[in-house]
Amino acid sequence: MVSIGLIALAYGFFAGLGGERISANILLNNYYFLGMGLIGLFFVAVHAIAESGWQVSVQRIGEAMSTFIPVAGVLMLLFFAFGGLHSIYHWTHPEHMDEILLNKAPYLNVPFFYIRFFIYFIVWSLLAWYIRKSSRNLDSLNDISYFHKLRKFSAIFIVFYAISSVMSSWDWLMSIDAHWFSTLYGWYVFMSMLASGVAMIIIILYILKRNGYMTHINNEHIHDLGKYLFGFSIFWAYLWFSQYMLIWYANIPEETVYYSERMLHFKPLFIANAIVNLAFPLLLLMTRNSKRVFWSLIPVAVIVFIGHWIDLYQLIMPGAVGGEKAGIGFLEIGLTIGYVGLFFLVVFYSLTKAPLAPKNHPFYKESMDYHTNY
Amino acid sequence: MYVSPIREPLIRGNKDYSQVTKDILAPMAGTPSKYWYMGIALALSAALFGAWATYVTLFTGIGSWGLNKTIGWGWDITNFVWWVGIGHAGTFISAILLLFRQRWRTSINRSAEAMTLIAIACAGFFPLIHMGRLALAFFIFPYPNTRALWVNFNSPLLWDVFAISTYFAVSLIFWYVGLIPDIGTVRDKATTKIKKAIYGFLSFGWTGSAKHWSRHETVSLILAGLAAPLVLSVHTIVSFDFATSVIPGWHTTIFPPYFVSGAVFSGFAMVLTLLIVTRKALNLEQYITVNHIESMNKIIILTGSIVGIAYLTEFFIAWYSGNEYEMFTFVNRAFGPYAWAYWIMMTCNVITPQLFWFKKIRRNIVLTFIISIFVNIGMWFERFVIVVSSLHRDYLPSSWSMYTPSVVEVGLFVGTLGLFFTLFLLFIRVFPVIAIAEVKSVLKTSGENKNHSEHE
Repeated sequence: MVSIGLIALAYGFFAGLGGERISANILLNNYYFLGMGLIGLFFVAVHAIAESGWQVSVQRIGEAMSTFIPVAGVLMLLFFAFGGLHSIYHWTHPEHMDEILLNKAPYLNVPFFYIRFFIYFIVWSLLAWYIRKSSRNLDSLNDISYFHKLRKFSAIFIVFYAISSVMSSWDWLMSIDAHWFSTLYGWYVFMSMLASGVAMIIIILYILKRNGYMTHINNEHIHDLGKYLFGFSIFWAYLWFSQYMLIWYANIPEETVYYSERMLHFKPLFIANAIVNLAFPLLLLMTRNSKRVFWSLIPVAVIVFIGHWIDLYQLIMPGAVGGEKAGIGFLEIGLTIGYVGLFFLVVFYSLTKAPLAPKNHPFYKESMDYHTNY
Repeated sequence: MYVSPIREPLIRGNKDYSQVTKDILAPMAGTPSKYWYMGIALALSAALFGAWATYVTLFTGIGSWGLNKTIGWGWDITNFVWWVGIGHAGTFISAILLLFRQRWRTSINRSAEAMTLIAIACAGFFPLIHMGRLALAFFIFPYPNTRALWVNFNSPLLWDVFAISTYFAVSLIFWYVGLIPDIGTVRDKATTKIKKAIYGFLSFGWTGSAKHWSRHETVSLILAGLAAPLVLSVHTIVSFDFATSVIPGWHTTIFPPYFVSGAVFSGFAMVLTLLIVTRKALNLEQYITVNHIESMNKIIILTGSIVGIAYLTEFFIAWYSGNEYEMFTFVNRAFGPYAWAYWIMMTCNVITPQLFWFKKIRRNIVLTFIISIFVNIGMWFERFVIVVSSLHRDYLPSSWSMYTPSVVEVGLFVGTLGLFFTLFLLFIRVFPVIAIAEVKSVLKTSGENKNHSEHE
């Protein structure tokens, strides 16, 4: 799969699809799968501080996903360093600066951009490493002090992530359309990541179970994940609507320009994005039973996974590539397949490093012994 | 159901089922204490002040308020949003925490829901009184009429009417459905014939049969499912009142989720304020434990921090947008004539809740009480800052002005506070303040004596 990605990238170069389109695709996939890694970590951390019992059973998946964060960081750094930065962000070109962009220069300038970049990745990776280590030590040494360590690092991560997820979305996504702004943007992007991240957890769980692992997972756990997918998808749609509706209603040109570009050149995808990511999870996962079995949950998870890729495509392409040059062809699909391959390679390799069932976690028994009526 | 031994028990003292019933029904029996009488006398006199203010407003008009041409919304909308926000905790506890299987909610949901209903009633009062002609209040409902006059469906103020009345209705039904088994218990323990008849009527003939329980649980679950999106919708619509406009400081896309978070934040603060007193006064410390208070404090940190991030985001984007009006509004908020209100808001909402990161403070009842009061004040000032400081210096410097509330406006606010506490004090006398049946459902797994009864 990774090789398909490389071939697609090579094809992109030789077919002359243009540097901007290639760069935008790399950014898209890198960001998308970085988001998966971060959500894996977020999932573990938030449940650790909420003292959640059931999640312990799937904790290893989230931890393994978080090992992709440094990989994505290195790839992103290479990409930015070798031309990606200039081809995507027009605020990096001194000749394109206008009065508005000059105003933003204290924030949007290349050195500060890199400083923030390094801070995000170093802290994320370190905390991911500490959280994973505490969780594994808790299991292998059966020492409760690691449980408290796990919670402490989780709390630090949640606080740092609350700020960095918003700021990084401004840096890497919102500044593509450098003139435009929206206060909700960071939370919207985060929700999109959360919905697709949960979809990814479900997909990985399914693959593991198909291959005879994770036998301790029963329908109750799947049900809980299904509820998350259902709930977060609706919450994502709520934020989508809030942002769109307020901008539409107030009808201020500086703000509507963002949507008018999308409605003009990306109309099918723009509409599909809103419908796919809400309607499918809402209608297909409405009943209790559909959240409890893989044959109905997996199709929705895959749809949501593709749907939020489209969402991210919407966020990046109109500003970075523009209506005439953008498209979805072999480059887009192939590169995404490549990233899926790389992501799975890293995640499944990490999954082999620790027992899949954290048997010594204080809540493990709770996680095995509960059932829910709703 | 297995519960890990490292979790703290939710009910202290080695209780059995009959003891739970006795403890919780105790405050309803006998004559009220002198503190109760003092409380209700104080609350009623505050309500009386409000009644006078209502009288003045209705007979002399909105002119008796401190509003002017530039500042058309003042304390009234501030109070409205504040009360609606407080009304968010009850349904959040009942619906969202139910869906998240948080069993500590069982000790606090009843009183929080009652508080919600009362707070919504107080909130609804302000838009109505602001219309000036209370007798024509039914005009807000769209209905066919011979004059072919319709409400403006494009206005978020009308959406408010729908959102809040739906929320109130669902919360009321939810609260009452939860009460039915407990009213059955009260009826069975009633000492006089009249009480038995009244509670018997209110309990809808509850017998506690398996069939009744099964239906009761199904209905509760469906209502929880319906109420969960309502928790979000109400304050989302309230935020639209501001955010759909083109006023700098009002029009910003982060408002819907930020308002919802702020509402839950202020709601929990008010729940804490009320319950810390209630648990002490009614001897319910073993049901509403320090553990419950700590859990609520964690929600305070979470929602308070979300609100804090939203403040900073707004401020940053105001600069980042390059929109000079937006930037002016924010600088004016922080350093203009209303800076004092802004810094009260910042201190109370962003800084004080962060103290709850320390476990000692989180579990300290006196400090929690003080901080909860701070949050209540802070959240009131948040709405004041949003409403007044965005309006008072508009696009036209010649119309800039300042706003001071008149004594009538103060009276209206104090009046709703009086009404709120009066109704809450009545509530604790006529209904069980803790959901007896629900507390019993967690007693076996989370009572203090569970470790004796459970073996591997």
